[in-house]
Amino acid sequence: MRRFFLIAVPYVWLLALFLIPFVIVLKISLSDVALSIPPYSPTLDLSAGWQGIKDFFAALDFENFIWLTGDDLYWKAYLSSLKIAVMSTALTLLIGYPIAYGMARAPEEWRATLMMLVILPFWTSFLIRVYAWMGILSNEGFLNQLLMWTGIISEPLTILNTNTAVYIGIVYTYLPFMILPIYAALERMDGSLIEAAEDLGCSRAQAFWLVTIPLSRPGIAAGSFLVFIPALGEFVIPSLLGGSGTLMIGKVLWEEFFSNRDWPVASAVAVVLLLILVIPIVLFQRNQQKQAEADQ
Amino acid sequence: MNSTVFAPWDDPQEKPLIRFRNVTKRFGDFTAIDNLSLDIYQREFFALLGPSGCGKTTMMRLLAGFDNPTEGRIELSGQNIVPVPPNKRAVNMMFQSYALFPHLSVWDNIAFGLRRDNMPKHDLADRVEEMLKLTRLEKFARRKPHQISGGQRQRVALARSLAKAPKLLLLDEPLGALDKKLRQDTQFELMDIQEKTGTTFVIVTHDQEEAMTVASRVAVMDEGKLIQVATPDRIYENPESVYVADFIGDVNIIEGRASAQGEDTYRIDWAEGQAPLLATSPRPFSDGDTCHLAIRPEKITISADRPEDAANAVQGKVHDIAYLGNLSTYHVELASGAIIKAQTANTRRISRRSFTWEDPVWLSWTATAGVLLAN
Amino acid sequence: MTRLSWFNVVSLTLGFAFLYIPMIILVIFSFNESKLVTVWAGFSTKWYGELLQNEAFLNAAWVTLKVAVFSSTIATVLGTMAAYVMVRGGRFLGRTLFSGMIYAPLVMPEVITGLSLLLLFIGIGLDRGVLTIVLAHTTFSMCYVSVVVSSRLVTFDRSLEEAALDLGCSPAQAFRLVTLPIIAPAVVAGWLLAFTLSLDDLVIASFTSGPSATTLPIKIFSAVRLGVSPEINALSTIMIGIVTVGVIVASLVSKRNSVRQQQEEQAAARAQ
Repeated sequence: MRRFFLIAVPYVWLLALFLIPFVIVLKISLSDVALSIPPYSPTLDLSAGWQGIKDFFAALDFENFIWLTGDDLYWKAYLSSLKIAVMSTALTLLIGYPIAYGMARAPEEWRATLMMLVILPFWTSFLIRVYAWMGILSNEGFLNQLLMWTGIISEPLTILNTNTAVYIGIVYTYLPFMILPIYAALERMDGSLIEAAEDLGCSRAQAFWLVTIPLSRPGIAAGSFLVFIPALGEFVIPSLLGGSGTLMIGKVLWEEFFSNRDWPVASAVAVVLLLILVIPIVLFQRNQQKQAEADQ
Repeated sequence: MNSTVFAPWDDPQEKPLIRFRNVTKRFGDFTAIDNLSLDIYQREFFALLGPSGCGKTTMMRLLAGFDNPTEGRIELSGQNIVPVPPNKRAVNMMFQSYALFPHLSVWDNIAFGLRRDNMPKHDLADRVEEMLKLTRLEKFARRKPHQISGGQRQRVALARSLAKAPKLLLLDEPLGALDKKLRQDTQFELMDIQEKTGTTFVIVTHDQEEAMTVASRVAVMDEGKLIQVATPDRIYENPESVYVADFIGDVNIIEGRASAQGEDTYRIDWAEGQAPLLATSPRPFSDGDTCHLAIRPEKITISADRPEDAANAVQGKVHDIAYLGNLSTYHVELASGAIIKAQTANTRRISRRSFTWEDPVWLSWTATAGVLLAN
Repeated sequence: MTRLSWFNVVSLTLGFAFLYIPMIILVIFSFNESKLVTVWAGFSTKWYGELLQNEAFLNAAWVTLKVAVFSSTIATVLGTMAAYVMVRGGRFLGRTLFSGMIYAPLVMPEVITGLSLLLLFIGIGLDRGVLTIVLAHTTFSMCYVSVVVSSRLVTFDRSLEEAALDLGCSPAQAFRLVTLPIIAPAVVAGWLLAFTLSLDDLVIASFTSGPSATTLPIKIFSAVRLGVSPEINALSTIMIGIVTVGVIVASLVSKRNSVRQQQEEQAAARAQ
């Protein structure tokens, strides 16, 4: 009885507030937009009995998805989201790896402090961290002031409201997610492996390339995953730092829903986004499983 | 035995392969190696033995090049190797943790060092196969390190470090992770492989039995210094200090005062109301010097009556008996309260054992049975 | 053996500069006299004063805090239950679906979670307000709690529970007297994580809130869309300050505990 209760409570909660809402999204994505409340049709009318259910299913179609393929705004937004997510993941890796490596190499008594310094921004508001860059990247911002003062440029650069600002924002906010798993992988690596590689004739650089990098691969995979997934559906960063030319799917969905009030299309956009996400999730899952097997 | 023939350390013409010359290594204010000089010869199986923290691992890391001496020179075939980085030394190491690359197969682990030398593909494959055969790992070549047993990993580590045919192979507690039975088998295997390849081995261990079994010479270390360097039988039979006698095997130490009695023979007064003991010693003692008689339990005879012509005999009663199967060790308590251990081979079945607890017994030994040591 | 080469030092310095300089600039300019955020015009705390006069912000902060406390507490209870079920629950019907529902929200884009919950609330005719935000936040943060707690439960030595049962505890007592005290740090960490996620959330709250309940992130977002403002800097500084103090205190406490434990272990070893 107690066991039943223990399982049932979180189970029912998740069914009601995670799975059912998701089914609703799926259903609405197959409906048509209508000038009514709620602004879509058909609505399921159970009072009409079996006929009502049949009518309901008969009215569902893939029109919204066809609409998505027809309007190039959508596939451009998906492509541009993918491009921004991939590029910023790569950039985050490039910047995060040396930091994680330096942390793992630092004297043991520093490591806890360094860890804390990496985690601290994560506890601070995401919104504030993105906002901090608005003051830095704007035309009269600190970066332009600094560059003009040093004489590198004479005219202020337009960075805010461009894709560059979006990249900076994503790298900045998700950097801790990249550093931590890589650091964890590097830190638990047996130091005698590097010595063994050097003993067998590797130079430092070769040992790094042939031993350190392959052994930190699980960390790289986890970090990239943790950056890529939220970056793909990102809304706050493109809407604060990006410009009108920045197309990201999270923003499109938001506007479709709040500005255009086209719920069926917004739902269809969401369903397609999820389908895109399934690929990296499956790849990551496989990677984790392989890792777990190797650890045994 | 091989060691009676193979003794380059006694030949003044022989050039040592490795030479430590007044080497000191300090970490901060801790001195790990203290002004140490040592020669190791080609084809030797040299064991560094000592308690943890004695500096034996530091010696090995100095040889491999992971640490550099604070002072002094280390020579390999007459050349100073201190400035040579580890990846350029003709020295390979087998790590205590084995340090097998978890992402590479057994085959690729063994090939790892050869690839660094850009060995032609064909020769490389031949060499790896040869190593696999030497260590009986042919069947496991495609496996990853986590898919093989501890004993097999140990052999992969050995094959990998031998593959480059180093002038010198360093083995850091190579058998520490294995259970006792496997360890004994592997010791003989190591000796076979050492003999087959003719490589000079330096092994670090804290297990004295292991050092005695495998080594041509043993260096006993303590606090960064060499206490004694000699063949296993000399270390056991002729320790130069109480420390070495006590560190290797079981021993009774009887402290007393020496006085000369004939050539190389001394009388030892060791306890009030007890007859003095007799012992020979090539080491000179002045009358009244403090001395320690170190005597191994198996060199003491236990009997019910006082033996007729024994040079030394003391009486006591059996305090404890440790039955080890092939041997029994008797702890005999003397009138003074001191305990002396005597060991006998159990040539008879246990039911017919001659002594039991509280039996009065005599212990006796010859004048040459023990070693007389100053400290 | 650690070898901190110049390369390591440079990458650490640049990395941490990158992480911290934006926030430091933000803090400094919250004390700026001028309304122009990027030009220094002398020290002043007037923006803090104005912030405290701003009813809308204060209301939003109060709503946010309420939502965070409720949702993180419910999420901790549900998440701990879920973790226990996943690690110790054995087999039951729909276990795969259950663990899928635990992990999926972690990778679900916020816009989708928000959208789906909003559609649900509209579908069942629930008025949007504090309650709906609490429900939404509880749902996604319970998954984080259950991941944190289950990673601790996995390494938990099961024989401790068995010993408690052997000594006469009922399963519930064994959980309360043995399991819970040992996993307590993970439960606390889970609560803190849930609390922060709730405080921080903009997207899901925007979907699930109604006109009666505006959270602080929603308020900040609509303000900063119009550009930088010193008042927001002041607000950010306060939030950064609270988090910094909290994290430093927490790490000092945990460090002191581990040092004390080490000392006690050493003393015990000496006493032998």
